[in-house]
Amino acid sequence: MNVTQLSAFVANKPGHLQRVLKVLADENINIITLTIAETSDFGILRMIVNDPDKGHKVLRENNITCSITDVLALEIDDTPGSLYNALDVFAQMNLNIEYMYAFTEKREGKAVMIFRFEDIEAAKNALVGKGYNIVRKIDIIGEK
Amino acid sequence: MYSRDIETMPEKKMKELQLERLKWSVKHAYNNVPFYKKKYDEAGFHPDQLKSLDDMRRVPFLTKQDMRDNYPYGLFAVPLNKVVRVHASSGTTGNATVVGYTKNDVEVFAEVVARSLSAYGVSENDVIQVAYGYGLFTGGLGLHYGSEKLGALTVPISGGNTPRQLMLFKDFGTTVFCATPSYALNIADYIEKNMPDYKIEDTKLRVGVFGAEPWTEAMRTEIEKRLKIDAYDIYGLSEVIGPGVSCECSQKSGLHVFEDHFYVEIINPETGEVLPEGEKGEIVYTSLTKEAFPGIRYRSRDITRLYHDNCKCGRTLVKMDKVSGRSDDMLIIRGVNVFPSQVESVLMEIEGTEPHYQIIVDRKGSLDDIEVMVEVNEKIFSDEIKVMNELSKKINDKFRSVLGINAKVTLSEPGSIPRSEGKAVRVVDKRK
Repeated sequence: MNVTQLSAFVANKPGHLQRVLKVLADENINIITLTIAETSDFGILRMIVNDPDKGHKVLRENNITCSITDVLALEIDDTPGSLYNALDVFAQMNLNIEYMYAFTEKREGKAVMIFRFEDIEAAKNALVGKGYNIVRKIDIIGEK
Repeated sequence: MYSRDIETMPEKKMKELQLERLKWSVKHAYNNVPFYKKKYDEAGFHPDQLKSLDDMRRVPFLTKQDMRDNYPYGLFAVPLNKVVRVHASSGTTGNATVVGYTKNDVEVFAEVVARSLSAYGVSENDVIQVAYGYGLFTGGLGLHYGSEKLGALTVPISGGNTPRQLMLFKDFGTTVFCATPSYALNIADYIEKNMPDYKIEDTKLRVGVFGAEPWTEAMRTEIEKRLKIDAYDIYGLSEVIGPGVSCECSQKSGLHVFEDHFYVEIINPETGEVLPEGEKGEIVYTSLTKEAFPGIRYRSRDITRLYHDNCKCGRTLVKMDKVSGRSDDMLIIRGVNVFPSQVESVLMEIEGTEPHYQIIVDRKGSLDDIEVMVEVNEKIFSDEIKVMNELSKKINDKFRSVLGINAKVTLSEPGSIPRSEGKAVRVVDKRK
């Protein structure tokens, strides 16, 4: 099962990121992890939140350009070389990672990485049989 | 046709009517407005010298600056107790310009709007929702009076409040919608974004009447496709009367000018010289019947051309092209002439982009710099920087190939481009 990421377009100017966060705060949406990719004019805020559909809806209602995308959450050992090994699987299959970021919370000696692929299914198939644990949506955002 | 005799009058007969009315109008201005008398005396012109239409080229021009200098009532030709209404332009570049109407002027205004609506196939059987702003701006009240004159059911909703506009489409059985073309696209966006269950096909909407800002054929195609209507251009300017100076007909190619009320010429904007029919230049207006605010040879700054083409609709009235730009909006960037409408056409060619843009021109050292701000909507947004950069590059490449200039493309948030009175502010020139 894929994890749903909420992304928003934010001008690279004081107060603009805060405006997006306020909308989410007012609607009681919790951000579990986030990353920002920035250019000189704008940034793309990418978030894993507890309710991505509601997050998407409220951002749209506030005229904030946003989208939801499937990303892959992968659990790896929190030890030297683990990320290297995981990436090796993708490299061998010639799968390009569009971007990736790490999960903030540590889970029993494991780390969780978020990956964005052009073809998420191909990436998942590549991991099958390699003993990797693909983290399900439910594990990340909790039961509802 | 609302006024068949006038709208199908043979060209020669129309010219006779125009000359007769011109003589009255120029004399009316000269005798009753000190500004005209002083200006004409200084230029050595007297209204009695007006013997043919060709003599009009000797009459001095009226400019927007003259109107500002005579703010507010200095150019009125009747006592204020004969004036029943005023309108004023938003004054984006200085003092507002004020125009007045007598009872008869209000009648003429309503008549030309009624003729326009009729040219779009609208009749007393229609329900017309007027979503132009009501107030000092001529759009709202202009369409309102025209719609009532035609005898249609008129819904004076004014601009904004999109959910309510959409509700009234359904509840009131609206068949005709009048607004700025950019607002029409806003409405289409709103439905797509917030009301996926709202089916525009389920309304009775069939005709859109759009004006008050320049718009392109590409925008017409998009509005027609998304709102499932026939979209027509209505043209006008408050200095002349308001909307209804000219209108499209069933042919959707060119706008017929109501020549019995407005005399039009095309001039070279640089030299002021009158150009022959068919050539492109600045359109100049002279009112033929207006009492309160006669405008004699008003320089509109709008760029177009005039022509007769035996229009299939049967009207013999002269046609003007959709206004392609304004001579004062024209930017000269590193020696290249750029009209905001060209920027708009480039954006419309790129899938998903909207005609919400702003051009910012600045001078860095001795070089002009052009920046085009484009609002990012959901159709062009991606969570990948790579894709966004490709979009900027694609827009930049298009500008370079169409306009021959290198523009910095800045992707910006929805709503970040300032809008005034429903019109977006297209150009900011910081060069001084």
